[in-house]
Amino acid sequence: MRWILRHPTASIGALLCLLVVAAAVGAPWLAPADPTEQSIVDQLAPPGGDFPLGADNFGRDVLSRLLWGARFSLLVSFLSVSCAMLVGGTVGLVAGYVGGRTDLFAMQVMDVLLSFPSLILGLIVVALVGPSLPTLVFAIALTTVAPFARVARAPVLSLRARPYVEAGRALGFSHARIVFVHILPNMIAEVLVMATLWMADAVRTEAALSFLGLGIKPPAPSWGSMLRDGFENILDAPWLSIFPGLAILILVLGLNLLGDGMRDATDPTLGGL
Amino acid sequence: MILYVLRRLLTSVPTLVAVLTLVFVIVRIVPGDPAMTILGDQATPAAVAELHARLGLNPPIWAQYLSFIAQSLQGDFGRSMVTGRTVLSEVAAVLPYTLDLAVAAVLVGTCIGIPAGVYAAVYRNRFIDFAVRILSLFGLSLPVFVSGIFLLLLLALHWRVFPVIGATDLSNPVDRVYKLVLPAITLGTVMGAYITRITRSTMLQVLREDYMRTARAKGVPWRRVVWGHGLRNASLPIVTIVGLYVGILIGNSVLTEIVFSRPGLGRIIVGALNQRDYTMLQGLMVIYCFLIVVVNLLTDLAYGLLDPRVREA
Repeated sequence: MRWILRHPTASIGALLCLLVVAAAVGAPWLAPADPTEQSIVDQLAPPGGDFPLGADNFGRDVLSRLLWGARFSLLVSFLSVSCAMLVGGTVGLVAGYVGGRTDLFAMQVMDVLLSFPSLILGLIVVALVGPSLPTLVFAIALTTVAPFARVARAPVLSLRARPYVEAGRALGFSHARIVFVHILPNMIAEVLVMATLWMADAVRTEAALSFLGLGIKPPAPSWGSMLRDGFENILDAPWLSIFPGLAILILVLGLNLLGDGMRDATDPTLGGL
Repeated sequence: MILYVLRRLLTSVPTLVAVLTLVFVIVRIVPGDPAMTILGDQATPAAVAELHARLGLNPPIWAQYLSFIAQSLQGDFGRSMVTGRTVLSEVAAVLPYTLDLAVAAVLVGTCIGIPAGVYAAVYRNRFIDFAVRILSLFGLSLPVFVSGIFLLLLLALHWRVFPVIGATDLSNPVDRVYKLVLPAITLGTVMGAYITRITRSTMLQVLREDYMRTARAKGVPWRRVVWGHGLRNASLPIVTIVGLYVGILIGNSVLTEIVFSRPGLGRIIVGALNQRDYTMLQGLMVIYCFLIVVVNLLTDLAYGLLDPRVREA
């Protein structure tokens, strides 16, 4: 309780994220209708009555689609950030620990990846390979690997020179032991904070790709593609754009607040940088 | 100084070649024959062979690679498969629209971000700082395609103050600015949020510097210390970090152009996606990467030009 009062941003962020997680987990029970069931007579039905948040251009219930869509947003962003964390984190860790030419080469490769505008890179990968869940995850992960590697590498460089790491080396510990026991635990907080912030980015990228028509195939619900449908019917049915837009905003804002608050909480010296 | 410029120029050549290599790999790594993807399963062998020749897929892969690198470095980014015009001329035709948007958004972002960031830093941990931090985080979290649609709904459809369609006649300056307002606010908010956060953290460091204390001790008014001495010293890191965000700006400008139906690079790229115009996509990707490498180069050079300590490092 005291923690909540001391870190209002992180708490509000956590609350917003929990809201979305609850929607995703509870979708089968909370959703009033089948998210893919079409009904011609209910096309573009306004909010109210059988459709608390209205119906879309195929007469599908918007609320149910939003609830099920939460699963997709969370799944894609979680998977892609995990992949990026695994690959980028390993690259950064190894590069920082080994140093020398390996480090130089790895960071050069990451710099090359950073030279791509991330949305355009994701767009082209998905367009070339064809939209599907693995492609989306791969494309989004590809855009976050490089920043992850940089964030993971920086603390390793300073941790490597710490007396306790040198002591470990002097005692003849294996590299693996030094990395996993002495270095990794000391940087995990930093990496997790960044992972939260990038998950916000991943949610946004997924929504952007879906908004541009490069998401998973219909009729599966995704917030970005719902927003796309809404945008196409913006003159007749504004609720079709408002609710998915709000849903995206809630999740991205929640993750950003959580990540930002966690950074302040874990590193008091930053003073809310 | 000349040595610094030369050295920095030389280091960007390998980056550029590596970027081009990656573009080449990404485009070729696609499973299946691109000609079959474009023409469909029913295509006759003759049509496939003809398209192969047109796409330049017949020579061995290393020859394709070398000619791709050589052409790109000479500024030849290929031709659109659909229209047959060069990628560069297609881009040049809509560039004014995209530049309008980018410049306006950076202006809006600077006008919001610099004062907000400076005030937040000066009144650190007070109410104004807290408000600025929350608002900037909100601005960062607002995807442009969401904020753009909300602005459209409110100001263009509900109150009808602004037009829904952003296409404009470049020769009419009033119309040009009028149609630019909503897109510029949409994109400018995101820029403003980034600039606010960067300005705040940079100013926080600058405020701790000795020269700030000295200036105060000399009796320089506090306002002048902050806005003159402080902001001037903070501006360099701010510009550099904003330069790093050019990639994000590009992605967001694409989405903004789509939401407001503005002509521009965004519409070209989405059009190329829908028409499976691979050569166009490849050319656009190369141009974007060039842009980012050049912006990074320029910010580095500006840094070196203004701060002698960087040159010597």
